[in-house]
Amino acid sequence: MIEAILRVNHLSVSFDTYAGTVRAVRDISFDLGPGETLALVGESGCGKSVTCRSVMGLLARNARVEAGEILFQGEDLLKKSNREMRAIRGGKIAMIFQDPMTSLDPTMKIGRQIAEAVTLHRKVSRGEAKRRVLELLQLVGIEEGEKRYHQYPHEFSGGQRQRIVIAIALAADPRILIADEPTTALDVTMQAQILDLMKDIQRKTGTSVIFITHDLGVVANVADRVAVMYAGRIVEIGTADEVFYDPRHPYTWGLLASMPTLATEDEKLYAIPGTPPTLIDPQPGDLFAPRNPYALEADKIAEPPLFPVSGTHFAATWLLDPRAPKIDPPEAIRRRARERGSL
Amino acid sequence: MSEAKVLIPDSAFVPAASAAAQAEPELPRALSFLEDSWRKLRKNKAAVVTLALLIIITTLAFLAPVLAPFDPNEQHLAHKNLPPKWPGVSLNGLNGTSEFRGRRIDAYALAKVQEDQYYLLGTDEFGRDLLSRCLWGTRISLTIAFIAAVLDLTIGISYGLFSAMKGGRVDNAMQRALEILSGIPSLVLVVLMLLVFQPGIASIILAMVISSWIPMARVVRAEALKTKQMEYVQAARALGASEVKIALGHILPNISGIVIVRAMFSIPSAIFFETFLSFLGVGMRIPNASIGTLLNGGYKVFRLYPYQMFIPAAILCVIMLSFNLFADGLRDVFDPKMKE
Amino acid sequence: MNRWIPYIAKRLFYMALTLFIIITATFFLMNFLPGTPFNNQDRLSASQLEMLNKKYGFDQPLFSRYLNYLGNILHGDFGISLQFSDQKITTLLGQRMGPSIQLGLQAVLFGTVVGVFLGMIAAMHQNRGLDVFCSLFAITGRSVPNFVVAVLLQYLFAITLKWLPIGLWDEGFRSTILPTLALSISPMAESCRFIRTEMVEVLSSDYIELARAKGMSEIRIAFSHGLRNALIPLITVLGPMTVSLMTGSLVVENIFAVPGIGEQFTKSILSNDYYTIMAVTILFSALLVTVIFLTDILYQLIDPRVRVEGQA
Repeated sequence: MIEAILRVNHLSVSFDTYAGTVRAVRDISFDLGPGETLALVGESGCGKSVTCRSVMGLLARNARVEAGEILFQGEDLLKKSNREMRAIRGGKIAMIFQDPMTSLDPTMKIGRQIAEAVTLHRKVSRGEAKRRVLELLQLVGIEEGEKRYHQYPHEFSGGQRQRIVIAIALAADPRILIADEPTTALDVTMQAQILDLMKDIQRKTGTSVIFITHDLGVVANVADRVAVMYAGRIVEIGTADEVFYDPRHPYTWGLLASMPTLATEDEKLYAIPGTPPTLIDPQPGDLFAPRNPYALEADKIAEPPLFPVSGTHFAATWLLDPRAPKIDPPEAIRRRARERGSL
Repeated sequence: MSEAKVLIPDSAFVPAASAAAQAEPELPRALSFLEDSWRKLRKNKAAVVTLALLIIITTLAFLAPVLAPFDPNEQHLAHKNLPPKWPGVSLNGLNGTSEFRGRRIDAYALAKVQEDQYYLLGTDEFGRDLLSRCLWGTRISLTIAFIAAVLDLTIGISYGLFSAMKGGRVDNAMQRALEILSGIPSLVLVVLMLLVFQPGIASIILAMVISSWIPMARVVRAEALKTKQMEYVQAARALGASEVKIALGHILPNISGIVIVRAMFSIPSAIFFETFLSFLGVGMRIPNASIGTLLNGGYKVFRLYPYQMFIPAAILCVIMLSFNLFADGLRDVFDPKMKE
Repeated sequence: MNRWIPYIAKRLFYMALTLFIIITATFFLMNFLPGTPFNNQDRLSASQLEMLNKKYGFDQPLFSRYLNYLGNILHGDFGISLQFSDQKITTLLGQRMGPSIQLGLQAVLFGTVVGVFLGMIAAMHQNRGLDVFCSLFAITGRSVPNFVVAVLLQYLFAITLKWLPIGLWDEGFRSTILPTLALSISPMAESCRFIRTEMVEVLSSDYIELARAKGMSEIRIAFSHGLRNALIPLITVLGPMTVSLMTGSLVVENIFAVPGIGEQFTKSILSNDYYTIMAVTILFSALLVTVIFLTDILYQLIDPRVRVEGQA
């Protein structure tokens, strides 16, 4: 296996709130290869954003990293000083945010906002910085860069603004790009364009991408590997093919079944019953059990570990224990696998 | 992983009993508006402390007729300008001595005051007891402020609600009128009004209210316009509720939080106006004591007898600070937009 | 540019209307004042009184006096002071503008600079020690009236420590220090609170998070993105703040014996000097409406967002 560029080991993050300690991320491990795209999938509040913010060193003030390490090119980011983290942030690891309408400073010309990202990480003259900005604008597909350079964010559409945010992220040729639901706030045609742009950029620059989303439809388009998160844990991780066509965790089944496909004609879309648990003093056992129609008595006793399915595929469910009863995935999932087989 | 296997008995690998149908957690009893507000307010330490202070000050001030050791207006020229003296305290400043040409002298002995006679806060240039005057003065200042606040509230709510409910041309005209009125600096307006009216408590209140209801009316109108768009108001209208009923029954209760907060802020501003006017010499007329006239009197002699200035100044500061801090606390509770 | 013309014309019309109403109202109000401006009235004989009334035009019918007054104001003539019998009010107030404007500007400048700085510190240390300190400072500044501050400063620095002059306007800049400090308390408190609230909101916005993700330091974020966005709305309160500061200087000017408009106003009130009172009222009102108008225009010029909404 190629040496991973980013390796997260047993990361746990908690938040101190008035209501109590929220255990937002609980013992997460994954790695990211060079040029690879890893999708983090899950409902809101499952800890996917917190994981990425820990990587960026941008956790809120009341957050606490309880355990674990985040190795970037072999060095633990959690041990870096503020100053060292600033050089990495934007320089080596860059981030794209969810809402392009609010991600840009409304009172500053966009040229300067991108130039800021360039000059923070490179010693360049004004002229060179501007040349680089124009180059970036072209790369993200914004025409008439020279004129656009002097415009304010409100003079751009949502999709264009997201392109500018991407240009800012790319300013210093980062090794890793973290995209936090970059298409959620956009309409469907824009989504496709931005996804194409990101794929295009990844091909040209060879950066690794962590793609956070709650939308499995988006994942299928971009991801090499997929990690499904629930209640602060990774419950299933594998290549995109494995997670899509041979899912093992009942939560992944639920997610996939609730995703519309061309085959779902007139039947009702499936919805996972219940709501995610609060992560303040979580009860013992598998936190998904109350919403899981396939729950076992074992789920009430302890959280299941990640059982290996293949060399690259793991799932955290007692159903994979050799002693567990044989349970067939729901019909929608089996049909999906069959359709894939017949292709 | 192997540990886990040990922990879980084989018998646990059966479908869980009614796992999916767990009982809904019992919801806590819904809190009433007041209970909820109080619960939130209690978390703000500054607000609780200042509320207690305000209760104490108000009680003391309104019990002035009972508590004041002397008649506040009784002149006793022989005992004029005596510094504070406390029984059993020998601290300079509280022991009845004052500095005169670099020497400490016993002012009480000099004025031939009886041994057991104590003026806790000293006396003024006419020998009136400052403690009694402070109690009565605070009482008057607070009365003026409370009445002014209530009037602000009434006029502001009526004007704002009416303007918002009528809408269209009426609203437009009413807003223009407000704009013109607010073109006069409020301090100047108040002073002008006071020149026209006969001096006295009523004129002070009237003069203050003339300018201070304007911001209240604006806030009420803005909030009412917002609330008017709400679904439940539309629903009430669809059900045929009258405009008056909608305004008083649906809109007013929903903007009451913000109105309370504003009213709370208008009390200290009324106190400020009263002291300002009295200090200027156009407010309360001597010999009536108010915080403003006490400050004015104290200022005239403060190079020689600074305590006559500092004591009312300190009272004023404590009252103003308490009201502002308490109002801030209330705002955090009622107007979450302002909350960080 | 064209869209400005109707907007400005409309605003100017309302300004003129506002001032007209204020002038009219004060004029008639003054005529209902109890007492007369002649403070030694009792000793004046009937013929003397008649002469005085004639001299000041009090023998004319009310309405023709009103028209006269309006006409004179249009020529910049506010009449003759009743207190200083031969002084034209325009000259009188002209002489007194200087100190008031100087004090006002110094106080606003000093107050807002310090206030903005404190507010920024408070916002950057939200809910920690420095924030509590700055907020307490701001609320104290808001609570303690400026004339109380003035007296305390005078007592401490002029009377007890003898570092600075007690009052009078005769030591150049040194004379301005204490009144400026006293007057700057409220703009300081006001802008501190304002900037803190704005900054807290700005600092939690997405574009600040993006700036952090760029690898920018907190200090640089606060100055380059935070302050920039928090300062713009401050413009809207800065103008009215300046005016209220100048009117609020009434008593402070008195305390420090500053020969300014405020002190003149106080004297006029106490001596029933109608025409001067009216002139100062009109002056202050004109100042207020003009400043509000200018800040609105300035705000639209500076904030790129408002600019576009105006176009739409």
